[in-house]
Amino acid sequence: MRRLLVYLKDYKKECILAPLFKMLEAIFELFVPLVMAAIIDTGIKGNDIPYIMKMCAVMVLLGIVGLVCSVTAQYFSAKAAAGFGTGVRHALFSHIQKLSFTNLDQLGTSALITRMTSDVNQAQSAVNMVLRLFLRSPFVVFGAMVMAFTIDVKSAVLFVITIPLLSAVVTGVMCISIPLYKKVQGKLDAVTLLTRENLTGVRVIRAFHLEEEEKEKFKAGSQELTTVQMFAGKISGLMNPATYALINGVTAYLIYVGALQVDGGIITQGEVVALVNYMAQILVELIKFANLIITVTKGIACGNRIQGVLEVPEGEREISCPDTEEIPETKDEMVVFSHVGLTYQNAGAEALTDISFTAKKGETIGIIGGTGSGKSSLVHLILGFYPHTKGSIRIDGREIASYTKQELRAQAGIVMQRPVLFAGTIRENLCWGNQDATDEELYEALKIAQAYEIVEKKEGGLSAGVSQNGKNFSGGQRQRLTIARALVRKPRILILDDAASALDYATDAALRHAIAEMKEQPTVFIVSQRASSIQHADKILVLDDGELAGAGTHGELLKNCKVYQEIYYSQYPQKSGGHAE
Amino acid sequence: MKVLKKLFPYIKKYSFFIIASLLFAAVSAVLSLYVPVLTGRAVDCIIKVNDVDFSRIFEIIRQMIVIVLITAVSQWLMNICNNRITYQIVRDLRNDAFARIEILPLKYLDAHSHGELVSRVIADADQVADGLLMGFTQLFTGIITILGTLVFMVSIQYKIALVVICITPVSLFVAAFIAKKTFSMFKLQSETRGEQTALVEEMVANQKIVQAFGQEEKVLKKFDEINGRLESCSLKATFFSSLTNPCTRFVNSLVYTGVGVFGAVFAVTGGISVGQLASFLSYANQYTKPFNEISGVVTELQNALACAGRILELVNETPQVPEDADAVVLEHAGGNVSLENVDFSYYKDQHLIENFHLTVKPGQRVAIVGPTGCGKTTLINLLMRFYDVDGGSIRVDGEDIRHITRKSLRTSYGMVLQETWLRQGTILDNIRMGVKDASREEIIEAAKASSAHGFIKRLPDGYDTVVTEEGSGLSQGQKQLLCIARVMLSLPPMLILDEATSSIDTRTELKIQNAFAKMMKGRTSFIVAHRLSTIKEADIILVMKDGHIIEQGNHKTLLAKNGFYATLYNSQFVYPSGIPV
Repeated sequence: MRRLLVYLKDYKKECILAPLFKMLEAIFELFVPLVMAAIIDTGIKGNDIPYIMKMCAVMVLLGIVGLVCSVTAQYFSAKAAAGFGTGVRHALFSHIQKLSFTNLDQLGTSALITRMTSDVNQAQSAVNMVLRLFLRSPFVVFGAMVMAFTIDVKSAVLFVITIPLLSAVVTGVMCISIPLYKKVQGKLDAVTLLTRENLTGVRVIRAFHLEEEEKEKFKAGSQELTTVQMFAGKISGLMNPATYALINGVTAYLIYVGALQVDGGIITQGEVVALVNYMAQILVELIKFANLIITVTKGIACGNRIQGVLEVPEGEREISCPDTEEIPETKDEMVVFSHVGLTYQNAGAEALTDISFTAKKGETIGIIGGTGSGKSSLVHLILGFYPHTKGSIRIDGREIASYTKQELRAQAGIVMQRPVLFAGTIRENLCWGNQDATDEELYEALKIAQAYEIVEKKEGGLSAGVSQNGKNFSGGQRQRLTIARALVRKPRILILDDAASALDYATDAALRHAIAEMKEQPTVFIVSQRASSIQHADKILVLDDGELAGAGTHGELLKNCKVYQEIYYSQYPQKSGGHAE
Repeated sequence: MKVLKKLFPYIKKYSFFIIASLLFAAVSAVLSLYVPVLTGRAVDCIIKVNDVDFSRIFEIIRQMIVIVLITAVSQWLMNICNNRITYQIVRDLRNDAFARIEILPLKYLDAHSHGELVSRVIADADQVADGLLMGFTQLFTGIITILGTLVFMVSIQYKIALVVICITPVSLFVAAFIAKKTFSMFKLQSETRGEQTALVEEMVANQKIVQAFGQEEKVLKKFDEINGRLESCSLKATFFSSLTNPCTRFVNSLVYTGVGVFGAVFAVTGGISVGQLASFLSYANQYTKPFNEISGVVTELQNALACAGRILELVNETPQVPEDADAVVLEHAGGNVSLENVDFSYYKDQHLIENFHLTVKPGQRVAIVGPTGCGKTTLINLLMRFYDVDGGSIRVDGEDIRHITRKSLRTSYGMVLQETWLRQGTILDNIRMGVKDASREEIIEAAKASSAHGFIKRLPDGYDTVVTEEGSGLSQGQKQLLCIARVMLSLPPMLILDEATSSIDTRTELKIQNAFAKMMKGRTSFIVAHRLSTIKEADIILVMKDGHIIEQGNHKTLLAKNGFYATLYNSQFVYPSGIPV
């Protein structure tokens, strides 16, 4: 949390003024009982009505000045808090933009979204509360005590004893009940999980006729929750009665002490009333303070989580490859892998092992293999999404490490497995590939991607709206639009990562055909589960469990690569081989 | 009101505690109001030097301590009663809601979003707890406190009481005014927040694409624009809403001053004593509190009633048709399944299956084919009696399934669905679902038979590895294998299999095929089929399109018919060489 406080540095003035004005307000508030004491002792005892009026005017004045101070303080603290929240949000979001893929994987999307939204909001409101109350409440409590001392030392001693006692009760109850409420949350989560499971798995549960059993299970979980809730409620329900009894008990004793002092001629009747009033003020503020501490603790926890993300180093590609062996350079090579290995951070085993191949300019490379065989990992290496951990990769004659992130990605177009479009218009989405693309260029890309008629049919054409996540398009349409997006950039390397899975065979084939006809032929990598999608590639890489099980043309692999044969014949049974050939 | 009536049976069960709670509330409210009166009396005994009535003071202090103790204890007892009432009523509501979910027809569950149902059982129930019951007692104590204060004030000096009664509404008015003014600002803040959250979710969830296309700067710019707007409206909302406290505090101090002026004047003229003035002052200090509480309670109550309405709606939803009293228990089903004149539709005006006949002999294999989304699962829904037919009948071994116990019908089928469902628990628990008392050896046997043993062995804790709700850490194929093992263990006489999806690679699919083949031997089976070999070997092929069964026969007869099936069959090989014709 501490390092987040830099985002308050532009609000130093507000951060000082807000508590200061709050303190002023508190001081004015603390004067009120004294004024009232004066009214009683001088005004009433002396039958001095003009004096009473004067003192009441003073009280109203104190009220007005207090209000002005307080409003000023609220404004400053709101300003500082809003500025703080905005600063943290900006810093966090721009930091996320720079995180490496490895970091993104580790942090996880949902956690990042929570940090960006509710965590920042909580931290912001904690800052606001601290500025407003953190000084005020203790100030009122101790101010009341100090005021008591100015009236009478002997009575004030009671304040000195009461304050720690009250604090002990309040913190004691909180310390016991907070962990209990955490337990309640845990039990509630269990009940929630059970409910959700019973909805998502309703068919299986009914198929196995587990309804009764589930009901019993739920009842048990529900009862556990109730028991903990009642226990926690019993403890936290102690707070009000206990503090009430304590403060009123002390007040009773205070009256006795006051009576003694008045009898001894040390203080007056009005001052006894003032002392009783100060005692009442303490309780209200202490409870406010206790609640504040809860808010602040939560806020600090959120702040720490945010700081945790900010502390993740920005992901400049730190490719540290020990062996930069010289690979014999050939002309017109585009991508060369030489004994490349990849181990994901914190992973036990290599995801890719000893991969070597050469892709020439304009060639089409097919990559096939089972789920989890490392197909996507391989193409991600080409764009430097993850740093390879062994061997060397050369793109267009240069070591991959010598490229900046921007350079590397500017020359490539990638279509990911999950077709994602962003809220906006079709044009905006396509222009992600190239900011300055003309409509003709966009249409050209759409035609190649077999997406022309999608746009034509939409009202508004390129300006047609795209809702969040592209929900107003079907899976196949989204896929074709994301392909067009990658093509708009006129990439030198085009990567289709299982990008045609939602397309029917005919469209898939037409797409591949159109790409093959492109004027400036990119080097194409096609990742697929379908043998038909890659069987006409210039070269097919067969991956099995992260290793290259074979490389070559369809014909070669069918002859001598067992894994490829298995894959191929599982899709085109041997009996019907006549059809497939 | 209707909601209250339906809620009444739940509340009635705890009427003893409710009466007790109200009693304790009344006692603590009245007694705590009496304390300032006592304080005032004590102050009146303290006049000046050598004019202190110690014996009366002792008497008053003794009374005070007794009253304070009784108040504190009854406050605590009231808390305990409220806890009991609240949490137990909510538990009952929750249990009933869950029990209802278990017997609701799938028609209802399929038509409602699971998230919404979960939120009814969990969040709405919590709201009911917080709002309805706490609201009742707070409302009750609040009203008693207000009335009590009035009575006490009027009994001391009705003219000063009038001052309090006249000025207090100003505070309420001010609070209401601020609330109304800030509402629009809060709305704007939450709208802007929503806009920002949407952007954050969209971009962070697809951070990799943002980076792959080098759009970081642009996205950040868009974010900052919203962030700037959020800052200004958040500042306004925070500031204006934080005015409530200072303003009401100011009005309160006006009340206090008013009481001071009038009280002091009356005291001078001998209308009241100084002690009575002190009592008045403390009433003036706390008089507005219950008003503010009540206004908060009213909104809480409304909210709670709305939530109660939602959860009760679920509880009172019509359950599935109860079983006939003399329903037959299906033991060792032979596997004769016949559908006669079956009519079915999900919506009254959209006919799906009409006048459908099918006779399946024991051990026969029925394949259901058709394009995705054609309603193949409808048939599964009918066979398992997840949905009832609208007309005609389905018979198993000659018995109408509506006359067979649900349990025996459903356990006669082994069902593996495309959507794999695992629950939080160990692998062992997940496989054991159908046969609770299966031994570890039997489970391992089943896992081996379904080729799941291999990967389970490699999991960190083998069969005792805990999988989470989404089955995280397992691939789609592995999850599917676990679901197959589950059925393999119970091995019922009939099977319903929804084949592996495109998300599983073909080699894993082959394994699953083998597992399926083992199970199907000698069992009547219904298979939603994608794979040619399964389809070709089926005894009966049902061809579905747009929810209708359009063709029925075996591979040969259907091919000869040259209808939709023939087209579908050939489409897999439209471009045998991958080049469009």
